[in-house]
Amino acid sequence: MKKFSVKTIVAIGIGAALFFVLGRFVAIPSPVPNTNISVQYGLLAFLSVVYGPVAGLLIGLIGHALIDFSYGWGIWWSWVLASAVFGLLVGFTSKATKLEEGEIGKKGLIKFNISQVICHVISWGLVAPVLDILIFSEPVNKVFTQGLLAGVSNAVTTAIVGSLLCVAYAASKPKAGSLTKE
Amino acid sequence: MENNTVISFEDFGFQYTAQAEPTLYHINLNIQKGEKVLIAGPSGCGKSTIAHCINGLIPNRYPGKATGKLTIGGKNALELGLFGLSKIVGTVLQDADGQFIGLTVAEDIAFALENDNIPNDEMHEHVKTVAKLVDVEQVLHHAPHEISGGQKQRVSLAGVMVNQVDVLLFDEPLANLDPATGKQAIELIDRIQKRTGCAVIIIEHRIEDVLHRNVDRVVLMGDGRILYDGSADRMLCSDLLQKSGIREPLYVTALKYAGVPLTPEMHPASLHALSLSDGQKQQVRDWFDHQPTPDKTAELPVLFQAKGVDFTYPGGHHALKGIDVTIRKGEMLSIVGTNGAGKSTFSKAVCGFVRPQQGTMTLNGTDLATLSIKERADHIGYVMQNPNQMISKTQIFDEVALGLRNRGIPEEEVRQRVEDTLKICGLYSFRNWPVSALSYGQKKRVTIASILVLQPEMILLDEPTAGQDFRHYTEIMDFLHHLNKQGVTVVLITHDMHLMLEYTPRAVVFHDGRVIADQSAAQVLNDPQIVEQAHLKETSLYHLSMTCGIPAPEEFTRRFIARDQEVRRVDQSI
Amino acid sequence: MTNLFNYIERQSPIHRLTGASKLVCLLTWSLAAMSGFHTPLLAVLTVVSLILFKVSKIKLKDIRFMLGFTMVFMLLNNLLIFLFSPEHGVSIYGSRTVLFHIAGPYVVTAEQLFYHLNVALKYTCTIPIVLLFVCTTNPSEFAASLNRIGVSYRISYAVALSLRYIPDIQREYADISQAQQARGIELSKKASLISRLKNVSGILIPLILSSMERIDTISNAMELRGFGKSPKRTWYSGRPFSKGDWIAMTLCIGLLIFSFILTIVNGGRYFNPFI
Repeated sequence: MKKFSVKTIVAIGIGAALFFVLGRFVAIPSPVPNTNISVQYGLLAFLSVVYGPVAGLLIGLIGHALIDFSYGWGIWWSWVLASAVFGLLVGFTSKATKLEEGEIGKKGLIKFNISQVICHVISWGLVAPVLDILIFSEPVNKVFTQGLLAGVSNAVTTAIVGSLLCVAYAASKPKAGSLTKE
Repeated sequence: MENNTVISFEDFGFQYTAQAEPTLYHINLNIQKGEKVLIAGPSGCGKSTIAHCINGLIPNRYPGKATGKLTIGGKNALELGLFGLSKIVGTVLQDADGQFIGLTVAEDIAFALENDNIPNDEMHEHVKTVAKLVDVEQVLHHAPHEISGGQKQRVSLAGVMVNQVDVLLFDEPLANLDPATGKQAIELIDRIQKRTGCAVIIIEHRIEDVLHRNVDRVVLMGDGRILYDGSADRMLCSDLLQKSGIREPLYVTALKYAGVPLTPEMHPASLHALSLSDGQKQQVRDWFDHQPTPDKTAELPVLFQAKGVDFTYPGGHHALKGIDVTIRKGEMLSIVGTNGAGKSTFSKAVCGFVRPQQGTMTLNGTDLATLSIKERADHIGYVMQNPNQMISKTQIFDEVALGLRNRGIPEEEVRQRVEDTLKICGLYSFRNWPVSALSYGQKKRVTIASILVLQPEMILLDEPTAGQDFRHYTEIMDFLHHLNKQGVTVVLITHDMHLMLEYTPRAVVFHDGRVIADQSAAQVLNDPQIVEQAHLKETSLYHLSMTCGIPAPEEFTRRFIARDQEVRRVDQSI
Repeated sequence: MTNLFNYIERQSPIHRLTGASKLVCLLTWSLAAMSGFHTPLLAVLTVVSLILFKVSKIKLKDIRFMLGFTMVFMLLNNLLIFLFSPEHGVSIYGSRTVLFHIAGPYVVTAEQLFYHLNVALKYTCTIPIVLLFVCTTNPSEFAASLNRIGVSYRISYAVALSLRYIPDIQREYADISQAQQARGIELSKKASLISRLKNVSGILIPLILSSMERIDTISNAMELRGFGKSPKRTWYSGRPFSKGDWIAMTLCIGLLIFSFILTIVNGGRYFNPFI
């Protein structure tokens, strides 16, 4: 296996901890009664863009697995793996967004959002339901409906939370250039 | 002689890749085995860059161009690499939480040993020995949030000592500690150095606190150059510190005000060794007699009142035990006490973040219990310690406008109020800048502005000057003082004694969930019992006035502060 | 907050097993339970897992909270399956024994009920084991265990770092959230969904950007103490395997092999009483 830099390791650890805290304790009520919006996917998309696909994969995997363990139903791997796949796929688009250079712009945001929507479709529309069918033999229409709902809700969340995070991060990078007082 | 040198900079210079100018110029500095050196200087003088060169973060983490030579342990430091240097130099970082990596104290101490593949049983032995040395063996199996800040720092120290290093490097060890714990930290460093014979390098701008124990040399830096390298005694006799914008020990300043000429033979570096002749003592007494007594402030109308406030956290921790505090309109006061004394829980209760189970709090006679968090914020503003924890917008204007926009105020009025506030805060000319272009101190102002814009009657600030050097400290505090003069009631939660002495006439002292004192800051700091309970430290002025036979140390302190503020105000206006 | 994962320190044979062997058991056991729908095996595993629970000296009241969550999750999932696909059991088991009719397409068949029983058994035979693992494994031992079973020590340490910093981040989130609420940020249903999401970003941005600064500090601190210098590392809280560990692992691996053999002998994943 490729050797990670220490910074990537730490980013995975802290990223997973953030994913956990957001997923476990941040309750934003969704329009469907008694369900909450998963803001952690906005975070995951952002961190994957910044730290790359492998970090994204592991943040999703570890973060989601820790959430499941803390609830006590620890090993329902289908959705955990879907989170990991999402982190991985979004990470592949990190080069296109040029976040590290402190710029995102309209173009970058559009790219980010197109890619995140596609990745959500693959993860929740394909990976999660197929695994549910393979492992648990669950009814096809049930798992695809669940996947679709989760995918749409996560894509909306990512579009807002993830985009805002990208913009804020890009702006926080100090840029060379002359600022004048007015 | 030559082979006793552990660290040697020869005509060394360094420029970070990202920067246009070098950060270090022509540094010549030798540090011998077993020596204890204090490197001081204001923020941005290059002292942290020197530290990074010594521990290898430069050039391994922060790339740049080095000139000249840097030899550590007889080898070229730039080629040793981080791991090679970690065997010679142990670094205790300023951020104790960032350095505490293990899940428990024992695991954190063992971290370096784990990386060296030391077998398990040997590791357990070793950890026990080192833990005993820094006095944390009682808490070996505690998690980081179960121990105090001082203990965390000891764990960090133990964590680098396991490597049996030749050099211990402390990066601002006092920044996050209360005064008494800071004093203990300096004593511990001294003990460890004597015991192990390591060279110790302390990077600090709080000179007086470091000089609580003897140092062999002080290196003073400014603008990337070494301004002074020699004994602390000789440095204190000069006006170098003042010129660099670093605070001198208070007793040294007091002696200078009294017109006592300082010489190295008087040992001004140590309060205990300081020798004053009878004539000199008389000089101090004369100065004291001739200083005018500062005016006592008049009684002001009551703004806020807490009565019997009692709060227990859901976990069972009884954090507030019947708190009574009255705050008057236009006051500026400090709330002091150790971590866990209840001062931050109290401020959370005032802001409505936690709801006390008993007692009442009123503001202008209104019962606060009837107001939501958001409604309270219209009257009481809360500013967090770290501005980065508050800022969520990229533009200064938007950040300050956030609270108003969330309250549905028409955009025209928002513009007007934000611009007015920015003017008060001296940020108007920056209004169209991105937040990222600002310095830490300016960001702090932005967060204060974002609270002031809601026009609260009272603002609460958590450790407003933590980690700031003297110049930035003065800048932030003068700004708050200026706001206070305009009628805003200012409450500071702090363990900085200078701050409470200089800026707040009144101090409320918390200890173990109770208020144990509510009097003038000078009185508090001259009461040995309160000082001990609340982990404060007597000021050196107390000792000086005793030495000179002035029986009213509290009044001596008060007159000194008044004089000092006058002098500094003159300095600034020049 | 100190004990998010509910580790409960007691003296029991299960506690004495090393984290690594418990992790192996957890993985093989759950794989065995997931792989098939062999009802008698699932039933036996449920009984055994309950016995193990007794052995571990973990009391029901210790895990009430976690158990509650899981039960709700299980019931909800069963309900959803029935709502979406009341004939799922029929298509699996290939026969249709109508018991009674509810309304519209909703007919209760013996096959469907049997399928639900299997789904429920899958939960009941794994949940006690998960809870057992969570309650008897010291979090400090977890990273060492992952490394022991072959996960690279770098990734294992990332997991340890998560466990270490979750309480810090949780506290920081609470602090930032309170301060931002004071400035009027609304997260409840009073605001529209879109503005709720924008508002939560007002908390997340400072939280995440300051966490990213922390990433730099922590990685510096780790490298300054030699993390990553060699291809291996030892662990302070790692323990050597004892006889009990070997026995437990052998039994669980045996179980996994047995479940595979059962699937082959049975000619499929389903135990079908309807033939």
